[in-house]
Amino acid sequence: MNGFNRRRVLRGMLDGTAVCVALPLLNCFLNGNGTALADGSKLPVRFGTWQWGLGLNRAVFTPKKVGANFDLPEEIASLAPVQKHINLFSNFDCFRDAAPNLCHKTGWVIMRAGIAPANQGDLPGETLDVTIAKKISTTTRFQTLTATATGNVRDSYSYENAKSVNIADWSPMQFYAKLFGEDFQDPNLPEFKPSARTMVRKSVLTGVLDRTKELTKTVGAEDKARIDQYFSGLRDLERQFDQQLQKPEPRAACHPAKAPTEDAKPGMDHELVAQRHKLMTELMVMAVACDQTRVFNMATSAQQAATTKPGYDKPHHTATHEEPIDAQLGYQKEVSWFIRREMELWAEYVAAFAKFKEGDGTLLDNMLIYASTDQSLARLHQIDGLPMFTAGKAGGKLKTGLHLDGKGGAGTRLGYTAMKVFGLDNASWGTQSNNTSKEIGEILV
Amino acid sequence: MRLVSRFTSVGVLGLVAGIGLAACSDSAPNRPAAKTSAVTAVTQYAGTPARVRRMTPDQYTNTISYVFGDDLSIGEPFAPLPRTDGLLASGASSAGMTAGELQQLQRSASQIAAQVVDKGNPGERTSPRRDFLVPCKPAALDAVDDACAAKFIKQTGRLLYRHTLSDATVTDLVGSARKGATELKDFYAGLATVIEGMLIDPGVLLITDTAESDPNHPGKKRLTAYALASRLSFFLWDAAPDDALLKAAESGALYTKKGRAAAVDAMIASPRLAAGVRAFFDDMFGFEEFVITAKDPKTYPMITGQTLVDAREQTLRTVTDHLITRRGDYRDLFLTRNTFISPTLAPVYGVPSTTGWSPYEFPADAHRAGILSQISFLALHSHPARSSATKRGKALRELLLCQRVPPPPPNVDFSAVENPDPTLRTARERLTRHSINPVCAGCHKITDPIGLALETFDGAGRYREAEKGVKLDTSGSLDGKTFNSSEGLGQALHDHPQLASCLVKRVYSFGTGGPLSAADTPAVEALSTAFAQTGYKVPDLLRMIALSDAFAEVVEIPPAPAKSAAAGQHQVAQ
Repeated sequence: MNGFNRRRVLRGMLDGTAVCVALPLLNCFLNGNGTALADGSKLPVRFGTWQWGLGLNRAVFTPKKVGANFDLPEEIASLAPVQKHINLFSNFDCFRDAAPNLCHKTGWVIMRAGIAPANQGDLPGETLDVTIAKKISTTTRFQTLTATATGNVRDSYSYENAKSVNIADWSPMQFYAKLFGEDFQDPNLPEFKPSARTMVRKSVLTGVLDRTKELTKTVGAEDKARIDQYFSGLRDLERQFDQQLQKPEPRAACHPAKAPTEDAKPGMDHELVAQRHKLMTELMVMAVACDQTRVFNMATSAQQAATTKPGYDKPHHTATHEEPIDAQLGYQKEVSWFIRREMELWAEYVAAFAKFKEGDGTLLDNMLIYASTDQSLARLHQIDGLPMFTAGKAGGKLKTGLHLDGKGGAGTRLGYTAMKVFGLDNASWGTQSNNTSKEIGEILV
Repeated sequence: MRLVSRFTSVGVLGLVAGIGLAACSDSAPNRPAAKTSAVTAVTQYAGTPARVRRMTPDQYTNTISYVFGDDLSIGEPFAPLPRTDGLLASGASSAGMTAGELQQLQRSASQIAAQVVDKGNPGERTSPRRDFLVPCKPAALDAVDDACAAKFIKQTGRLLYRHTLSDATVTDLVGSARKGATELKDFYAGLATVIEGMLIDPGVLLITDTAESDPNHPGKKRLTAYALASRLSFFLWDAAPDDALLKAAESGALYTKKGRAAAVDAMIASPRLAAGVRAFFDDMFGFEEFVITAKDPKTYPMITGQTLVDAREQTLRTVTDHLITRRGDYRDLFLTRNTFISPTLAPVYGVPSTTGWSPYEFPADAHRAGILSQISFLALHSHPARSSATKRGKALRELLLCQRVPPPPPNVDFSAVENPDPTLRTARERLTRHSINPVCAGCHKITDPIGLALETFDGAGRYREAEKGVKLDTSGSLDGKTFNSSEGLGQALHDHPQLASCLVKRVYSFGTGGPLSAADTPAVEALSTAFAQTGYKVPDLLRMIALSDAFAEVVEIPPAPAKSAAAGQHQVAQ
């Protein structure tokens, strides 16, 4: 294949005109043993996140046994089918130092951005997914993809900076159109015809870039930073146009299904959330399989989970504060019902990637998914002992099937470990007490 | 399909943008706003910083509708804005734009452009939009026509960029159209790629306050005429300026007192004012939450998605009818029994069903006085399956009085007030537990006495007199004023001194494009006084702000933004 580099051939032949090129088919997409692409380059390793709301009930969530083959208490019993694919991290802490404990915010912001927010209006700054995307997801159509099962565009935990949130896709129909609509280039089509319209679009964009640059000269420093960001966004668009003019690398696993014909009804009933979660997960799996992105995010709730249970008058968050502790069980029964449902969704999410074949393994083998939440014991807004998970072997770099006790250490160690897995060269991550330069070595191969 | 071209009839375009108004009121022309001497009272105060703000989704939609007609599909390409100092619109002055969002905007731009140059389909009886929206015919469909492209680009570009395009820009865009027509062998396809480019240009999507030295006030700066036209138009119409306003900017008329007053009066008299007023109140009332609001179907089977859509619309119709059509006192919005009813709302209110939207006046004994008793407020500030006196009280204070309800202590142990307790049947009984717990009482005493007066409305907004067999006690107080019914709460709010001043703050922020700072306080206080002198007439308030020097002057150093009153989420246990 080295003598037949598609991009080189197409670039040479294209040169501003439309061409059709027949390309080899699926059986030569991968090398002989299915561990790499046919041209010898490694299968891409991806980073994903998953967010659930309102933590845990330690007594029925945290395994007694540390290490491999850990027990699954009843609140996480649904993880049994995916236990071998995940790691569970307990007893890792968030440190707010002098900052206030902002209900439902401090915990997730520290875990995703390494910094304790000063007030509820404080946005987190660059989040872990964006940092990693800058390293590993610069050649795909989307640098990151963010989806939510809540139906609310606002429920995103991905921030480009303190003033810019990455939009959460909430509608399966719209998400499909974005991923596999008109601009999607099927990487497995035998013929490739570069779009003349895309070439013209790129030409028009040059003028827009020039005018944007001019605009930066007329505004103050703070606004200049925003327009610089705008300029970078346009350059990213330009990069995408360039990419669309090249034949994408074939992806054997890429087979988009038909477009959904209707969205889940609005509402926060758990069944509706689960329905949206399933649809969005299926689309996300295919987006990754088609190499549309290498960094992706999914959330099951807002930072105060508003999920409801049919016939029960309190949403999840309200229940954490108003439901009495069951004297016999020792925990809030209805609150636990909500957490159990969320753990079922986590199991489904992991399984969706685990069952998707790629090469001689699965998509999950070539990714690291990081799961976090906003509180540990939500009833008291606790942020010590925030539970976390990972899933996937990150292309063979990670062990799975382990339960790790953090013994009160910084939870940011897991985010830092993820950064190291993806080859970032920062010496540490996080601020003040959340600053760490220590990976969680027990999960590294 | 209804097609409209701004080139064939600018007058008709104004009508197009005012369709919403036509549907929600009798749309009688607004009487001229009162010319009050109070305007001069605010002219001496400092201006506002030059800002760069993102066009809001509604402003984008309204602008596209004005320029290309309101039957175009636009999609939802924008990221949500952060609520800042009580308004999403104020968040537009600090929010950035990610690469992902620009990607979505480019896709939307592509769809819009395709629709603008659509050639129609005789089989489906759709007309060619290109015939209405492009002011000339190319010499040949499959070839370059620089003259026709330039005519379209100059006219359309002027409206989208909100100023006359420079020769260099026109030359660049015509060159792009030429390249597109050549490469794609289609004149209109070439034009479409230029439209796409314009719609992702920061000159279109960002509203930039460009400033210049003010010759009338040496040492001071003012908005350029075009920037002033944009500020006026986005303030009053929630859309880009029209041709007449741009002409007023070009002629220098906006810099004369008479010319600016004429332009502002024309805008306030226009049916398009309704779009601006609706956008403001939709934002101030936090109605974006309706997008995710749903009710438990087992508890409230009569509440569908359409019911909630109509509830939002009902309040916006009530607002525009009361404030614009009737020129009513703003404070009376919390007392009026006049509203509009739709078929989905009728059964919830227990009134006769209607066909479409109909004006309706609740009887005096219906307990429905003012917008606090409308489903929008009652259902939005409730739980999915029950009412919430705390949420309602908090919303009233934060949204309508610009007050801040502090967050609860994070480590509070709620076990003292846990539910269910079979002996506690009403919200008042349950919340009494909060008031006797000193940790909770601090916050709940400022929300619950308000919300409990609305407990005669359940979580869906239906009227009730008892809960679980116990007659409801709706007595309460608001900052020293006591009442014993929801109507009494409405009257107490009507009489509250912060009701009007809060509106003035929010309207001033909305108009000047960003959060308030301490430097704005004198202007806001003067405007509040003047607003009272007009009898709390909102069109007069809009006029005073639009004509004030502070509106057009630019201060050099951006003051620090005020602390957000509602930046956080719902922090009091509700």
